[in-house]
Amino acid sequence: MIEAEGITKRWGGIVALDDVSLHVPEGTIHGLIGADGAGKTTLFDILVTLTHADRGTATVGGYDIRKQWKDVRKTVGYMPAIFSLYGDLSVRENLEFFAHIYRQPVQAVVDLVGDIWAQIEPFSDRPASKLSGGMKQKLALCCAMIHDPQVLMLDEPTTGVDPTSRSEFWAALRGLAGKGKTMLVSTSYMDEAAKCDRITLIHHGTILDELAPGEVGEHYRGTLYEIGAADTALNTRLLHLLREWSLSGGCYSFGDRIHLGMTLPGMRSETVVSYLRGQGVDTSLVSVSAVRPTVEDLFIQLTSGAETEETLQADSR
Amino acid sequence: MEDRNIIVQHLTRRFGDFTAVDDLSFDVGRGEVFGFLGANGAGKTTAIRMLCGLLKPTSGRAEVAGFDVAHKPEQVKRRIGYMSQKFSLYNDLTVGENLQLFGTIYGLKRTELRERMAEMYRKLEMETLKDQLVGGLPPGWKQKIALSAAMLHRPEVLFLDEPTGGVDPLGRRRFWELILDASTEGTTILVTTHYLDEALYCNRTLIMADGEMKALDKPRTLMREYGAKDMDDLFEKLTRR
Repeated sequence: MIEAEGITKRWGGIVALDDVSLHVPEGTIHGLIGADGAGKTTLFDILVTLTHADRGTATVGGYDIRKQWKDVRKTVGYMPAIFSLYGDLSVRENLEFFAHIYRQPVQAVVDLVGDIWAQIEPFSDRPASKLSGGMKQKLALCCAMIHDPQVLMLDEPTTGVDPTSRSEFWAALRGLAGKGKTMLVSTSYMDEAAKCDRITLIHHGTILDELAPGEVGEHYRGTLYEIGAADTALNTRLLHLLREWSLSGGCYSFGDRIHLGMTLPGMRSETVVSYLRGQGVDTSLVSVSAVRPTVEDLFIQLTSGAETEETLQADSR
Repeated sequence: MEDRNIIVQHLTRRFGDFTAVDDLSFDVGRGEVFGFLGANGAGKTTAIRMLCGLLKPTSGRAEVAGFDVAHKPEQVKRRIGYMSQKFSLYNDLTVGENLQLFGTIYGLKRTELRERMAEMYRKLEMETLKDQLVGGLPPGWKQKIALSAAMLHRPEVLFLDEPTGGVDPLGRRRFWELILDASTEGTTILVTTHYLDEALYCNRTLIMADGEMKALDKPRTLMREYGAKDMDDLFEKLTRR
């Protein structure tokens, strides 16, 4: 339903997107996972025909984004990252306004977005600016759905929204996928990757990886160990010791634990324990166990190599 | 020396007939990292504004860094630092200009400010960045510099309101290491976040819903107590309406 091939875009001297490709089948939710500045919004702007790519081609709903941009716009519902409804209008007035623009009867729209609308209907007389973050986003979703688009492009719809409202919002998206809608959703919350059918990890305009959330373990190189001590001071010491270890393949604090990647073959948790013992640590106070890596661990593994380069780029700017 | 740096007793704030914060009581120890979690509208921001001396409580009281927030707000403000994702730095100023601005606002003397800035550049290895405009820096760097700006005057208590939004995972972990360093040096830290996994960096976590305190303890103790498999699950169990 969304096919992009080799999309490249520069803004002045900065490469916003470098050879980005995407394939999103009908009725699926595809996650675009990356931090601020990764190029997510630029990709959306290109796919919804608001700006042109320098290179590359794409079709949305089978329509070419350059030659058939009018058809693309009819096929797509776009929810931009910045709240774009009218704050002074009430919830109902916003919905009526957008329905009018798209020449749709309001009732048809209400039927279309039924269960999402039901959640905001109790507030229908409230000005949109006075809604909570989660409610605003649900209203914006309703307004993006006005013309019954086949494809929804949602740019960071859950940023700044609290965890409970985030999970309600994702439930609404899953409901729409069940009705055959295709969705491209960007987020900087790595845990939301699990709610997608497939995900693309993007960083500084480049695709790092493309996978199903269940495949994280296979894409992660080596084994991930979680290491923890009850005592904070000991934890800090462990972090420093493990960072200095020549066999360490990346080591970061993760809450009150430490995550250590081991990429060399033949490593076991005993290897870690004996290293720490050799450094004079009382290992009876330390737990070491192999754990399943998360999307975040994978993302860190894929970006930590490029880090020095990033600092250099920042230096030269 | 008092080892509690934040003391909150029956703190309440009403706006008209809406109770934003309802009878909140807790203490935070010196050097503690204290997590403050809750849904949007749970009352976190109202509570923080009271603790920063920006908003008077309707009833109850709070002491921050040894001063009553209602009666000595200016004393409180001089001893705290504040940073949020939404407002942190001026994009049109360079890194150095931003630090100078914040340092001057907090009343640092010129030589003192120069020394602390030099120390900060060394610590963050950003000597080469000081003449760069903040607007062109990656988000992770901005957050680190914003944190530094909030700490230039060596505050006793640091309020961090969703400090890591939009930052990549590696950047977030680096940022937390800076926070933990500050706490090791004795700074008391109160932090809100929407990344629930980050609650595990905190010594203790308070979970709020509808203006009230729902739970307060070590994150892992709370997870055990409520039979939650992770922080998301715990949050869901405690805040479900």
